[in-house]
Amino acid sequence: MLRFALKRLLSLAATLWVASLIIFLSLEIVPGDPAAFMLGMNAQEDTLNALREELGLNQGPLQRYLGWVGGMLVGDFGTSYTYRTPVAEMILERVQVSLPLALYALTLSTVIAFPAGIWAASRRGRAADVTVMGLTQLGVAIPNFWFAMLMVLVFAINLRWFNAGGFAGWDAGFFPAMKSLTLPAIALALPQASILARVMRSSLLDTLSEDFIRTARAKGLTRAQALWRHALRNALIPVLTIIGLQFAFLLAGAIIIENVFFLPGLGRLVFQAISARDLIVVESVVMLLVFAVVLVNFVVDLAYAAVDPRLRGQK
Amino acid sequence: MSLLRIENLSMDIHGTPILKDVSLSVDPGQIVGVIGESGSGKSMTAFSVMQLLPDGTNCAGRIALSGHEMLTLGERSLCRLRGSKVSMVFQEPMTALNPLKPIGEQVAETILIHERTSRANAMHRAAEALARAELPQDRFPMSRYPHELSGGQRQRVVIAMAIALRPNLLIADEPTTALDVTTQAEILTLLKRLASEDGMGLLLISHDLAVVADMADHIVIMRQGEVVEQGPAQTLLREMRHPYSLALLAASDHVPEREGQPQDMPLLRVRDVVRDYATPRKGLWGTPGTFRAVDGISFDIRRGENLGLVGESGCGKSTLTRAILGLEEVQAGTIELDGQPVFTGHRPNRAVRRRMQVVFQDPYGSFNPRWTVARLVCEPFHLADDPPTGAARDAAVAEALESVGLAASDAEKYIHEFSGGQRQRIAIARALIIKPDLIILDEAVSALDVSVRAQVLDLLADLSDRFGLTYLFISHDLSVVRSITDRVLVMKAGKIVEQGETEQVFADPQHPYTQQLIAAAPQLPDDVRRLAHEH
Repeated sequence: MLRFALKRLLSLAATLWVASLIIFLSLEIVPGDPAAFMLGMNAQEDTLNALREELGLNQGPLQRYLGWVGGMLVGDFGTSYTYRTPVAEMILERVQVSLPLALYALTLSTVIAFPAGIWAASRRGRAADVTVMGLTQLGVAIPNFWFAMLMVLVFAINLRWFNAGGFAGWDAGFFPAMKSLTLPAIALALPQASILARVMRSSLLDTLSEDFIRTARAKGLTRAQALWRHALRNALIPVLTIIGLQFAFLLAGAIIIENVFFLPGLGRLVFQAISARDLIVVESVVMLLVFAVVLVNFVVDLAYAAVDPRLRGQK
Repeated sequence: MSLLRIENLSMDIHGTPILKDVSLSVDPGQIVGVIGESGSGKSMTAFSVMQLLPDGTNCAGRIALSGHEMLTLGERSLCRLRGSKVSMVFQEPMTALNPLKPIGEQVAETILIHERTSRANAMHRAAEALARAELPQDRFPMSRYPHELSGGQRQRVVIAMAIALRPNLLIADEPTTALDVTTQAEILTLLKRLASEDGMGLLLISHDLAVVADMADHIVIMRQGEVVEQGPAQTLLREMRHPYSLALLAASDHVPEREGQPQDMPLLRVRDVVRDYATPRKGLWGTPGTFRAVDGISFDIRRGENLGLVGESGCGKSTLTRAILGLEEVQAGTIELDGQPVFTGHRPNRAVRRRMQVVFQDPYGSFNPRWTVARLVCEPFHLADDPPTGAARDAAVAEALESVGLAASDAEKYIHEFSGGQRQRIAIARALIIKPDLIILDEAVSALDVSVRAQVLDLLADLSDRFGLTYLFISHDLSVVRSITDRVLVMKAGKIVEQGETEQVFADPQHPYTQQLIAAAPQLPDDVRRLAHEH
C-alpha cells in the first residue's frame, strides 16, 4: 500500500511539473502586454519600461519561469498586475468560498445520488427505477444557471428564506456563511447528482449480475443482503472515478453559478484576471486548480486501493 | 426416502418452455450425474432446486427436498434452506468469489447468515471447512484474497463455503469444466470424498460423459429440457436405448477419418525459441525481473501433419502460439515457415504471416458483432498484397463458407444469428479464405458440445484432406488431441517434456508429467468405448 502511494506521489509530482510548463508557455503566447494594459493607451514608453522592469517582464522566459515556480514552492505567487496585492492573498480569500462550495455541492450530490442509485438498481424496471431514471434525465438536461435563477425566484424573492446572492463571509459565523452557499450548492449539485445516481445504478446492476452475487444468494443471503454486503463495494470503483472528476469540475467550473449568486469565488477571479490581462493571477490560479485536480486524483487512487485489494500489489 | 425428489417439473421463462416433465431423485450419499449439451436444461434443473431463477420464471410440478416443498415455499424460507440444507458449486471459480473480501470471511458468512454465533466461532469453523476442502491454514491463511489463489484453489473455497454447514444436498454445476485435467481430477476426488464422509447427496451436472461415468451412481441424460433416459451408471452406459444417448456416447469418443498422410518435409521449423516477459520491478528502484514463458523450444511440423500441443494453463502454450504467428518477437531462437522467418528485423514478415491462420476457442467473443459474416470472413485479406474485390471477393467468401458446410447466402447475416458450432465454422472459413498452409487451432473445439465438436472435428479432417492443410492443434483436452493428431508435444513450464507419435505417447507415456496427465484425464471404461465405436 505504501509503495502504491509513493508511486502515485511520484507521478503526481511529474504531472505538476509538466502542467506548470504548459501553463507558462501557453500564456507566453497570449498577445497583450500587461504593462500597457495597466497604464492605459497614453502611457509613455519610459513609464512602460519602468513598470515592465518592476514586474520582471523584461527578464528572459527561463528566468521568469524559474522565478514563478520557485516562488510558488515557498508560497509566493507574486503580485497581481492590476490589484497590486499579493496573488497568494487574493487566492486564499477566494478559496475560502470556492472550496467549501465545492465540498458542499459534492456532499449534497453524493447524499442524493447514492440512495437514489441504490434504490433504482434494487428495483430495476419497477416504478421506483423509472421515477429515478426520469428525474435524473431531467436533472442532466436542465441548465444549472436556469435552475439557479428559478431557485432565486422561489426561495429568495417569493419566500424570502435565503438571500438572492452574495457571501456572508466566515466572520459572520458558520451557519450564515453556509446559508449563503446553500442555493448555489444545490444548483451545482443537481446535475452532478443526476449523473452520479445513473452511474451508481448501472454499476450496481452490472455487479448484481456477477457470478459472486449468485454465489452469495446460494449461501442463503437475501437479495438485499447480497446487494449491501457484496455488490455495493464492488460497484464503487466507477462511482469514485466520477466523484473525483466532479470535484475537480466543481472547484473551477462554478463560474456561471458564482456569477448568478455574486459569489467571490475562484471562477470569477480567473474570469476577471483574463479580461484584465493579469497573467500572473491567471497562471497561479490555473496552477492551483491543476494541483487540486491532481491531488483529488491521488486521493481517488488511494480510495481505489482501499476498496480493492487487487490494486494494493502483491502481498 | 429420497433426499431430493423432482417430479414432473416443467418450467418456462416468459412463456418460453425450458423444462418439460423432468423427474429425478437423489438419495443421501448418492451421486447423481446429469448429462446434457447446452440448452438441455441441466443447469436450469439445478437452479430450480435452489429456486434461484431469473425473473419471469414459472415452475410447475414438484420439488421436494428433505420434506420441504421448494415450489411452494416463500423467499424467506428458501433463504433459510439455501446454504444450510442445499448448497451449490459453480462452473467458473475465477468469478464465483467476491474479489474484495478475504476467503475466510466469505466462508464464515455462510455460517453467520444461518446461525446465531460469534464471529470468532464462525471463523474457527470456516477454517475447518477450508481444511476439509484441502486448503489448510498454514499454507492458505484465511486472510488471502481470491486473486491470490489459482482457479483450482478458488474452487476449493467455493466448495468449503458450500459444505461449511454440512448440507444434505450439494449441487455441482460443471464444477471442473474451467479447470486443468489434473486439477479436475483432484476436485472430483474431493467432491466424492465429502459426499461419502457426510452422507451428502451430490447432484453433478456436466457435459462430459467421461467425468460423469467416473463419478456417478446414477446417470440422467437430458436433451432440450427433457430427460431422455436415466438409470444406474453401471448398466445405463452399457444398455442405452435412446438414439440421442447413443449419439452422445458415439460423439464423445469420436475419431474423425483422415486419408492424407503427412509428407516428409518440414513446413514449420521452431528452433530454441525463448520468450521472456518482464515482471514488475522489486522495490522502487529495483530492476524488473524476467519470467521465461517459453524456454528453449524446438520442434518441426511436417507438411500435412496434425500436430498436437498439450499442457495445462500457464505452461506457455498461448505464448508459443503468439510467437509462431509473429504477433510477438521472441528473445532467442528462430521460427521459420517453409524456410522463411516469421520475424525479420523487429517486424513480422507479412509474406509468411499470410500463410498461417488461427482459430480461437471462444466462438462468441472472437467476432465483431456489428460486421456481416462476409466482412468477418474477408478480414485476413488485409495480409494480401492484392486482395480480391467485387465479384471475386464475393466468390471467395462463398467458396470459404461452402467449404465449411454453410451457405453462400449466410455472408450477409450477422454473427448473432448463428449457434456456437456454426460460429466456429465461420472462424474456420475466415482462416481458410486466404488459403493458408498452416492453421493453428487454439482450443478451437473446447467450448463446443460433444456432438457439435464431433462434426467440427470431421470438418477439420475433411478440409485437411481436401486442401492439404497442416494443423497445430493446441488443447488441454487429451481425448480430442488423441483422436485427431498424428504427433503430440507435451509442454510443461515452458519446456517440451515429451514428444512422439500420438498413439505411442498415449499408450506408453515416458515422462512422469505425461503419465500424470493421462492418468488424470477422465475416460470412459474400455467396454463402453468399444460400444461407442460400434454406433
